[in-house]
Amino acid sequence: MPNNNSKNKSTRDGFGEALLELGKKNKDVVVVSADLAESTRVHHFAKRYPERFVEVGVAEQNMMGVAAGLALEGKIPFAASYGTFSPARNWDQLRISVCYSQANVKIIASHTGLSVGPDGASHQMLEDIAITRCLPNLVVLAPADFNEAKLATLAAAKHLGPVYMRLTRPNSPIFTKGKFAIGQAQILLPGQDVTIIGAGPILHEALLAARELAKQKIKVEVINCASIKPLDKNTILRSVKKTKRVITLEDHQIIGGLGSAIAELLSEHLPVPIKMIGVKDQFGRSGQAEELWEKYEMTHPYIIKKVLEILKK
Amino acid sequence: MSSNTDINIKKLQSTANIIRQDIIRMLAKAGSGHAGGSLGMTDILTVLYFKILKHTAEQPNNRYRDRLVLSNGHICPVLYATLARAGYFPLVKLKSLRQINSDLQGHPHKSSLPGIETSSGPLGQGISQAVGMALAANMNKQKHHIFCITSDGEHDEGQVWEAIMTAHKYKLDNLINIIDYNGIQIDGLTKDIMPLNSLRQKYEAFHWQVLEMNGHNIKEIIKTLEKAKNIKKPVAIIAHTILGKGVSFMENQYAWHGKAPNEEEKTKALKELEDAK
Repeated sequence: MPNNNSKNKSTRDGFGEALLELGKKNKDVVVVSADLAESTRVHHFAKRYPERFVEVGVAEQNMMGVAAGLALEGKIPFAASYGTFSPARNWDQLRISVCYSQANVKIIASHTGLSVGPDGASHQMLEDIAITRCLPNLVVLAPADFNEAKLATLAAAKHLGPVYMRLTRPNSPIFTKGKFAIGQAQILLPGQDVTIIGAGPILHEALLAARELAKQKIKVEVINCASIKPLDKNTILRSVKKTKRVITLEDHQIIGGLGSAIAELLSEHLPVPIKMIGVKDQFGRSGQAEELWEKYEMTHPYIIKKVLEILKK
Repeated sequence: MSSNTDINIKKLQSTANIIRQDIIRMLAKAGSGHAGGSLGMTDILTVLYFKILKHTAEQPNNRYRDRLVLSNGHICPVLYATLARAGYFPLVKLKSLRQINSDLQGHPHKSSLPGIETSSGPLGQGISQAVGMALAANMNKQKHHIFCITSDGEHDEGQVWEAIMTAHKYKLDNLINIIDYNGIQIDGLTKDIMPLNSLRQKYEAFHWQVLEMNGHNIKEIIKTLEKAKNIKKPVAIIAHTILGKGVSFMENQYAWHGKAPNEEEKTKALKELEDAK
């Protein structure tokens, strides 16, 4: 849960650090910003490499198009804004200027999920996974913590083709194990009774739930599915073959999100009972991140409840 | 000298006439597509590919080439026919426009054909990509030009104005936007759908240099494009064109914006073009 633990860091900060590293290593890396340089953490890059920093103002449609043009000329542009503006406001440009042409653009959304907090529903992007994973040629990533965001940023730069990466605003616990590859899921905790598949910082709630459930001799397997597209089918199917029960967890609408992606996979290859935890076809509202996760029934007590329910099936 | 120039102009006029005939045949075969804008922009595309652009059909990705971004993708029949006549791909491919398994998609797809710089269709997107390409050229210290073609109706899209502001901010003197100003869009006259006047003043207020030309006078097109290349600012060229130019019953008829000729209309159109040769 996002809290005041001084060791916590945000995924957007992980991205900002990695971007600076990339700027040093690869002169083709450029940044396109739509007036949110500090919020998206591209301001470090902007300060160090002003000649490779393009500021288009509050104009996300143009940002996406400019990034596509730069990419078609061999640059590796990172186009950064809030999820609610990019890829939401400029989805058409993402679809045609970027994905259809396979332009090598990295779309970075810094403020996704209820965890955006006090800004409220307008700024809490809860539909980005749904509108990106349906686009051909597009990779969709949702790193779980600061470390993974760094690794995912480096992997995105290396990948030839468009990548969407979903990031979060508040500081959050660091718990991943230092490995990342596009198309690979990580087993954070092995178990055989239930598989919890999640993505993003909210996955920490699954670890807390697993710890509580272990006391009741219930062994939960927790999978970090940071690569939402492509999905790591092998890791997921192997786990579910063993547990035969799945809970999905995401700070996103249930409709169209990671849970839906998992359900698409399992309903075809390995139909088992699934329960999905996420936002239930509602808008968000103002509040602190932890208050919102509690109000929208996504914290570990709710996860425990769902696990106990699914075990009765 | 002047007689040489006259011969060249005649040659370009004849090439444009052939391309117009290609367009009529392609669209009639396809049974759908946009005749009006394609015929209206034929003279300009011909001058670009046969006179102005630095390009080599055999090396479509040569890094020193001038880029041409077709933002109003629906007039791609004229681009396809011009590219084929310029040697980018065999003429026989033109017959496959809009058909299954064809590389000639109904709207341009970058990866499908040599010489296509961007994918387009939804209006307003090409000009932003042209701005991105112009920025990249400056970062790379390259000297080529980026020509973008937009339509007047396309300027209803807010994205166009976002891109126009960016071009000024970054002083993109390698960017030339040619506006197909035929006064007609799909549902009717531009002045009724969404008045655009005064386009010149609008561009000037955004700190662009504005040139105007008759989009069917080959000599004037050459002169204006040459002039635009040497202006140290982003340049908008308002090209006064006639929708359906060259086929009398299509000229200035908005019904021909998004329509293809049937067999009878095809024969009539080809005869008119043949007679005008």
